[in-house]
Amino acid sequence: MIATEIYPQMTEAIVAGDQDAARRLAEDAVRAGLDLVQVIEQGYVPGLQKVGELWEQGEYFLPELISSAEAMKGAMTVLEPALNRQAARAVMGGRVVIGTVEGDIHDIGKNLVASMLQAGGFEVFDLGADVKMERFIDKAEEVGARMICLSALLTTTMMNQRRLIGLLRDRGLRDKYKVLVGGAPATRKWAEEIGADGFAENAVAAVKLAKALSGRG
Amino acid sequence: MIETRKPKLELLSRELIEQIVDEALTLLERHGVLVENAVAAGLLEAAGAVADRGTGQVRIGRKIVEAALATAPAVITLYDRTGTRSYTVGGDEVHFDPGSAAVALLDHATQSERKATTADLVDFTKLVETLDHLHFQSTGLIAADVPSPLADGYRLYAGLCLSEKPFVTGTFRVESFRPMKDLLAAVRGGEAALRQKPLAIFDACPSPPLKWSHLTSQSLIDAARAGLPSELISMGMTGATSPTTIAGTLVQHVAENLSGVVIGQLAAAGSPIIFGGSPSSFDMRKGTTPMGAIETMMIDAAYAQIGKHLKLPTHAYMALSDAKVNDPQAGFETALGAVLAVLAGINVISGPGMLDFESAQSLEKLVIDDGICAMAYRLLDGIAQRDDPVALGAFEGFKPGMSFLTHPQTRRWYRTEHIPAGLADRDPYEAWVAAGRTSIVDKAHADVARRLKLYAAPPLAAETRRELDRIMAAHGRAAGVGFKPSTLF
Repeated sequence: MIATEIYPQMTEAIVAGDQDAARRLAEDAVRAGLDLVQVIEQGYVPGLQKVGELWEQGEYFLPELISSAEAMKGAMTVLEPALNRQAARAVMGGRVVIGTVEGDIHDIGKNLVASMLQAGGFEVFDLGADVKMERFIDKAEEVGARMICLSALLTTTMMNQRRLIGLLRDRGLRDKYKVLVGGAPATRKWAEEIGADGFAENAVAAVKLAKALSGRG
Repeated sequence: MIETRKPKLELLSRELIEQIVDEALTLLERHGVLVENAVAAGLLEAAGAVADRGTGQVRIGRKIVEAALATAPAVITLYDRTGTRSYTVGGDEVHFDPGSAAVALLDHATQSERKATTADLVDFTKLVETLDHLHFQSTGLIAADVPSPLADGYRLYAGLCLSEKPFVTGTFRVESFRPMKDLLAAVRGGEAALRQKPLAIFDACPSPPLKWSHLTSQSLIDAARAGLPSELISMGMTGATSPTTIAGTLVQHVAENLSGVVIGQLAAAGSPIIFGGSPSSFDMRKGTTPMGAIETMMIDAAYAQIGKHLKLPTHAYMALSDAKVNDPQAGFETALGAVLAVLAGINVISGPGMLDFESAQSLEKLVIDDGICAMAYRLLDGIAQRDDPVALGAFEGFKPGMSFLTHPQTRRWYRTEHIPAGLADRDPYEAWVAAGRTSIVDKAHADVARRLKLYAAPPLAAETRRELDRIMAAHGRAAGVGFKPSTLF
């Protein structure tokens, strides 16, 4: 198998959101003993980049975006076990804890971000919706995450994003985590006001932000 | 005189309706619904539905659905607080009520959303009381200064103290139903009287796709057993929580509603139930649920047509907007929805006042929307033959250049044929400039103040009021948060 032939197919599988093809190509690559770090970086990641561009151009909508994310996840479930630990660290993002804050049951936006982060190589711990603020920290501590992402859809529940920052301070953990906020009422100004590390207005922007904050931008 | 044709919108062919209903029945039979409430699951199983105890999935056969449809009433009569004025919910009768339950209020002074308080809830209820084209109140504003375990009951309590109109309400907590029913019964003079003359509709929202949560199932059962109407609020989001095609979403919508009808009828055969919803055309860019999208309105009009086909009263969330302030979008989405809703003959139309995906209310918008509702009602009245012959009489003694302004026929009919302008601007340009170029929002704001001043509390017997306070006090004790009557009403 010639890598230069298979890479464009991998890219295309991601752009087309074809999970079966993405998986099959990953299996082929593992069997052929290709350098899997290169497979990810030169085969699959360009596909995700292209999808991000198509989204930003207004060509792609959520169905395409999420299908591509699922295709990427499909490929990664094949590739990840075959990677050695050192190589895995090189290509994978850190661990991220994500959820919709206490009192808020809206989880569509949060699910999109979780999906895209996962596709972007992050190991995502999704706590679901209406998550007690303490649990975000407990989970992050437990799994050794570096980032906490908080979604809130209501102006009333977004106050809990601020509360989490306070809780982190109280426990002397503020500098240990990057805190990202999102959701309909959140803004860049809000993120600054509450001392969060970043704000993203959609799932594509969230992945960019997470990568930049974890030094993988 | 020739009978007046009532204008009517029917989007679906009979053939498509029948196929959609058939597929919905197949869906219930084959996949069933997830029921997270033991009482509801028990009722369904006892009626012959097949429950999987492990997954909670309950498959409902056609015969069970057909039996439920046979006992569900086609028409419900709601009564106001005095018990004298009645409202028919069924046929092509149309009633508007404010969209509920908003978590925020658009503050006119800042043009920003903020949390609502009890004072806002009081103003909201008083204002709706003065708006003639909103036949029902809704417990439409969540006051943030009321402890949340008490919030459902408090909204209804405040409403019952301040208004005579029937209510569209609902529970966000299972424990809320009992005190709410007690409040209604206290006003009516007992549970039997309340059953005879229901004063409120309870919303019951299944979770798409095809799930009945514990809370919603319980509300449905409690309301049915008390003889209070439930309004089924299915809310598929096309391409996200329901099929992306409009017809496909209708299949799921009908299946969810029919399973609700079954649960309600099994809890109490013959109990009043309304075929309703709040579905939306999911925005594939923003991941939001636009109520002002034309496809959302098409789904609404279509499921209402199916509800009528099934001989059930109907409801929809229409005449509302996703705009954040009272801008042109707020106006066109609301007006388009109101017009389509009345043409579709939807019995309960929840929407006026509402902005921002059902999350914010605006007092100014309520007043503007009342005018929109007035226009929609006028449209629905159609074009009547008033005189016979239609016009030849008016032309008797015709002279070129004659004016109809002083014609007796004009005085006789113009108030019937034409409604007042309300807040709409009809000034000549110069007059509009001279009057300060006032926008409809400014006029609405002034009208809100005028109406609130005009409002006079409809008389409520002192003993009834004391009883309402006692019920809330007991509710507050049970919830462990206490209760203090407001000084505002």
